[in-house]
Amino acid sequence: MTDQLSTAAPAPVLEARGVGKTFTGVAALQGVDFTLRAGESLALMGENGAGKSTLIKVLTGVYQPDEGQIFLHGEPASFAKPVDAQHAGISTIYQEVNLVPLMTVAQNIFLGREPRNRFGLIDFRKMQEDARALLATYDIHVDVRRPLRSLALGMQQMVALARAVSIDARVVIMDEPTSSLEAREVETLFRVIGMLRSQGIAIVYVSHRMDEIFAICETVTVLRDGKVVHNGRLTDLSRVELVALMLGRSVEKVKRGGVTAFGEVKEGEGEPVLTARDLSRKHQISGIGLDIRPGEVVGLGGLLGSGRSETLKAMAGVMQLDEGSLTVDGKRVRSGSVAAAIKAGVVMLPEDRKAEGIVPNLSIRDNIVLAALPRLSRAGFTSRAKQDAIVDVFMKRLRIKAASPNQVVSELSGGNQQKVMIARWLAMNPKVLLLDEPTRGIDVGAKAEVQALINELADEGLAIVLVSSELEEVVEGSARVVVLRDGSVERELRGSEVTEQHLMAALVGENHAPADESPAEIKERL
Amino acid sequence: MSAVTSAVRLPQKGAALVFLQRYGVYLAIALLLLFNLFFTPNFMTIDNFRVQFIQVVPVLIVALGMALVIGTEGIDLSVGAVMALSAAVIPLYIGYGPLPAAILAVLAGCLIGLANGTMIALIGVQPIVATLSLMVAGRGIALLVADEQLKSVIDPGFLALGRGTIAGVPYSVLLALVLVGLVAVLVNRTTFGKQLVSIGGSRRAAELAGLPVKRVLITIYILTAALASIAGIIQTARLSASVPSTVGNLIELSAITAVVIGGTPLSGGQVKVLGTVAGALLLQLIAASLIKHNVPDAYSQITQAVIILLAVYLQRGKAVLK
Amino acid sequence: MSLALEPSVGPATTKQVTRERIAGNVQRYGAAIVLGLLLVVGSFAFPTFPTVSNFTNIATQSSFLLIVAVGMTFVILTGGIDLSVGSVYALGGILAAYGSTWGIAGAVLLPLLVCGTVGILQGLLIAYGGMAPFIVTLAGLLGIRGLVFALTNEGANTPLIKDASVTALGQGGLLGLRWPVVIAVVVVVIGSVLLARGRGSQTVLAVGGSESAAVLMGLPVARVKFSVYVVSGLCAGLAGALNAAYSSSGVPTVGVGLELSAIAAVVIGGTLLTGGRGNLIGTTAGVLLLTVIQNLINQVGSLTSSVQAVVSGIFLAVVVIIQTVLSRTQRL
Repeated sequence: MTDQLSTAAPAPVLEARGVGKTFTGVAALQGVDFTLRAGESLALMGENGAGKSTLIKVLTGVYQPDEGQIFLHGEPASFAKPVDAQHAGISTIYQEVNLVPLMTVAQNIFLGREPRNRFGLIDFRKMQEDARALLATYDIHVDVRRPLRSLALGMQQMVALARAVSIDARVVIMDEPTSSLEAREVETLFRVIGMLRSQGIAIVYVSHRMDEIFAICETVTVLRDGKVVHNGRLTDLSRVELVALMLGRSVEKVKRGGVTAFGEVKEGEGEPVLTARDLSRKHQISGIGLDIRPGEVVGLGGLLGSGRSETLKAMAGVMQLDEGSLTVDGKRVRSGSVAAAIKAGVVMLPEDRKAEGIVPNLSIRDNIVLAALPRLSRAGFTSRAKQDAIVDVFMKRLRIKAASPNQVVSELSGGNQQKVMIARWLAMNPKVLLLDEPTRGIDVGAKAEVQALINELADEGLAIVLVSSELEEVVEGSARVVVLRDGSVERELRGSEVTEQHLMAALVGENHAPADESPAEIKERL
Repeated sequence: MSAVTSAVRLPQKGAALVFLQRYGVYLAIALLLLFNLFFTPNFMTIDNFRVQFIQVVPVLIVALGMALVIGTEGIDLSVGAVMALSAAVIPLYIGYGPLPAAILAVLAGCLIGLANGTMIALIGVQPIVATLSLMVAGRGIALLVADEQLKSVIDPGFLALGRGTIAGVPYSVLLALVLVGLVAVLVNRTTFGKQLVSIGGSRRAAELAGLPVKRVLITIYILTAALASIAGIIQTARLSASVPSTVGNLIELSAITAVVIGGTPLSGGQVKVLGTVAGALLLQLIAASLIKHNVPDAYSQITQAVIILLAVYLQRGKAVLK
Repeated sequence: MSLALEPSVGPATTKQVTRERIAGNVQRYGAAIVLGLLLVVGSFAFPTFPTVSNFTNIATQSSFLLIVAVGMTFVILTGGIDLSVGSVYALGGILAAYGSTWGIAGAVLLPLLVCGTVGILQGLLIAYGGMAPFIVTLAGLLGIRGLVFALTNEGANTPLIKDASVTALGQGGLLGLRWPVVIAVVVVVIGSVLLARGRGSQTVLAVGGSESAAVLMGLPVARVKFSVYVVSGLCAGLAGALNAAYSSSGVPTVGVGLELSAIAAVVIGGTLLTGGRGNLIGTTAGVLLLTVIQNLINQVGSLTSSVQAVVSGIFLAVVVIIQTVLSRTQRL
């Protein structure tokens, strides 16, 4: 597929020349040049705030550029709204599946352009046949009469993709399409992307995941502070060089830091603070046992349906258990009650920070003290002084960047919101911290800070359970990794076993990692 | 549009718009008073204000409860029915004295609040239909309790609530002021108040933070019903009669209007107690001003409609930002 | 490798799919089933219930609310709400009475024109002004009722309809059914076809199902939202005009609380209040249910309208509780 680029460079499909966009005096994009050719897959990289999403919005008609010009097939083009861009052949796949859950697969694919019979009425039979045929071309076989929400997330994303390309798209922009997908689903997505490229469709791919970028993209455009800092073939760059470009630091500096910001990790000693035995819930998890000691970070590995999030939820009291017991410091904790779990010292950072974590309309202060409020109150009356004392400590310690504690939390960046969430739980003096994807969707800089913080908290004696879909985060951040598969414990990796190879082998249920296989090769087979 | 626009940082709004959003209702009151000062004879008198305050009390008290409910992203359409029920209960027990009768009336109203809260918090029914069903059923129950009859209430102690004054200030107005104060403290100074707005801001996040979401929600619907019951009692005292067929009719609309023009967004997560008071006052003053100028009631209703639209239009930017 | 064969990827197992289907059907046809039961029980309990004249009576009584509820169904399907229909209904009646001086054309067209305009204004504010439907139509409820009173000298006037062709529109009929019933059936049929297979139908459902997705898919969201309020205004106006023709006068106080009955009927009929799913057959069953309950209570004789209110209210509560529990099963 790479030879498409080398043999003869096809004409550009989509181009931006000197594009600039300013919001209330702040330049989000400055003189951006960008070229996309037919059949090309281009990685758009940059930290949060680098201008990636602004550029995408300019290309898809959500924003109009203040200066510069967009060219489509060499002709100047301007899109007043997203529909115009779609009609011009530019489709976008978003992080969250943007389809209608209640409607069927076929309805979703043909929304807004339903086939009609000669009376002008919708021809559902034809619609279903067409939908089936369309999906079959990508080797996807699913009952198109099923409501979309009954499908797995990955399949929903596939339907979104099928819809996008069936509108005669020449360019498909994917904004973190895999952030909620399972490894296996990602493979299918990549296969479909390959098929699209062979049809001459150009792909713009935005992702924080380096593995994916290097697996499917040939060229890369790196943005930093609203400017293009690099344009070229991806094969000419190493990962470290790419990260260095994004961060604007020297390669040596990045190398020294490793891929993640975790320092040394060690197993905890002494009696376990948390003991879980035989945690079970029908269809979700069965017989899961865990021991977590103070001062250690235990990774909870597993694929998406493996029960890793469910295990966290069970321990945090969010999910009612059918069977099993949870003891903290020798005391049994009632299942299915968040309040009971918190009282026992077990707290969880939920996966979906925006929907389940922050209360968007409240201030940083209110968000931090939310759970601790009864302790900071007397007879139900709140004490501002007590709140301020706590908020002050945590804002300083976690380096939360904000104008003041009164700032509304929804105005903060993802990384700072995550820190607010961590502060909320630290204010409860927890014994066990359960982290579900603590660095998802936050930029590289904040990610490093959060990772360093996890380290620091463990050093101070907190017991931490870490769930992450990024292998390197689990491997580098955890002293040992408990791997789940199909809702039960598959195996536990300790010490020198904590490597990407072993972890991946365990994820798919192989007991020993073949020594001669590289991680990429194992991934290939997933 | 919301999805696209909410992802976009809105450009900075003009200072004038922000000012209007925050203080529009107070400004409107000031302008209205100014207008009346020059163009309406006998408007700016103590007597007139006493009348206006007395008249605004029921709506104001109901609106206080409504503000709490709206703060949780809910709504309560049953407040009028609750007023009717509490009015219907009064004559049954007035023989035991005014206070026991009033307490029983409030308790009866609270039962409706409990039913609302249970359906909404425990079963997960949407507030609008849950309270709609109790709005319909509640008034029916009130009428059955009252044997579908208007009953006059003559207990002097009870009637004092409608007529008595301290230093020229009517009891009912004093009671309303106390309730405003209590609700303001509840919202701004208590754990409960913070939990209330957190639930309105993000119910799921509140649940995961270990807040007693269900308990708070049920309590709020009961509180709202209790406030509406008090309004029903005051209204009964003022009329010297229990009129369950008409008392509190359409009051839910006035209350919602007062809350909304007072700056509390329907999307929840905020409660503006003072704004609600101002909103109720503004509605009352508009109606009074129009009456004093012999404008028919029909037009005052139309004016009210226009004001709602205007107030919400000005606040639109805030809702989008959320 | 075919994806459909992959295990454990889909959250829905076969068992869950079956359960979901059953739950969905109960939600969709529940009102019709209860209606059938009620008719059977009523027929056995009261000899005066299952008569032709009583059934035509029920049909006529239901027809006005049904037309309003059709418009409401469209609105609720988009996730909106229209509180103004009761006032618009009264306005339609008054205008029909005034318009009847120009004969039947005036009696029908004047209300449709004005009530359609009301719908247009509300639709503009909601769809293009970005204002909450609840608030806009609440203002409509107050403002339009104010307008009705302004038009009738504070409700003191009750304009009468003297034109025989107009009263015939209310009183006359076809095959023993009064015209309002026939028209209501036509409205339901047209509405059903449009909703099932019309051009904009899928967008209506998409807007209710997920407005943000509909926007990003480039669907004409604003246009559809605008249209449903116009439809609702027209339906309410038409129903009001027919009611005026039926009662030979435009009564200013008619239709107070009608919006609540319409919403109740729509919800009882299985349309999700959040939008995205529902149908007009359910709405029809919902309207008939409310009327039949009222009729049965009247059959008892000793019971009053208060009892009816209590029964309707509790019935609505039971229905929404069942619906909520069912949709929770579906979400599994």
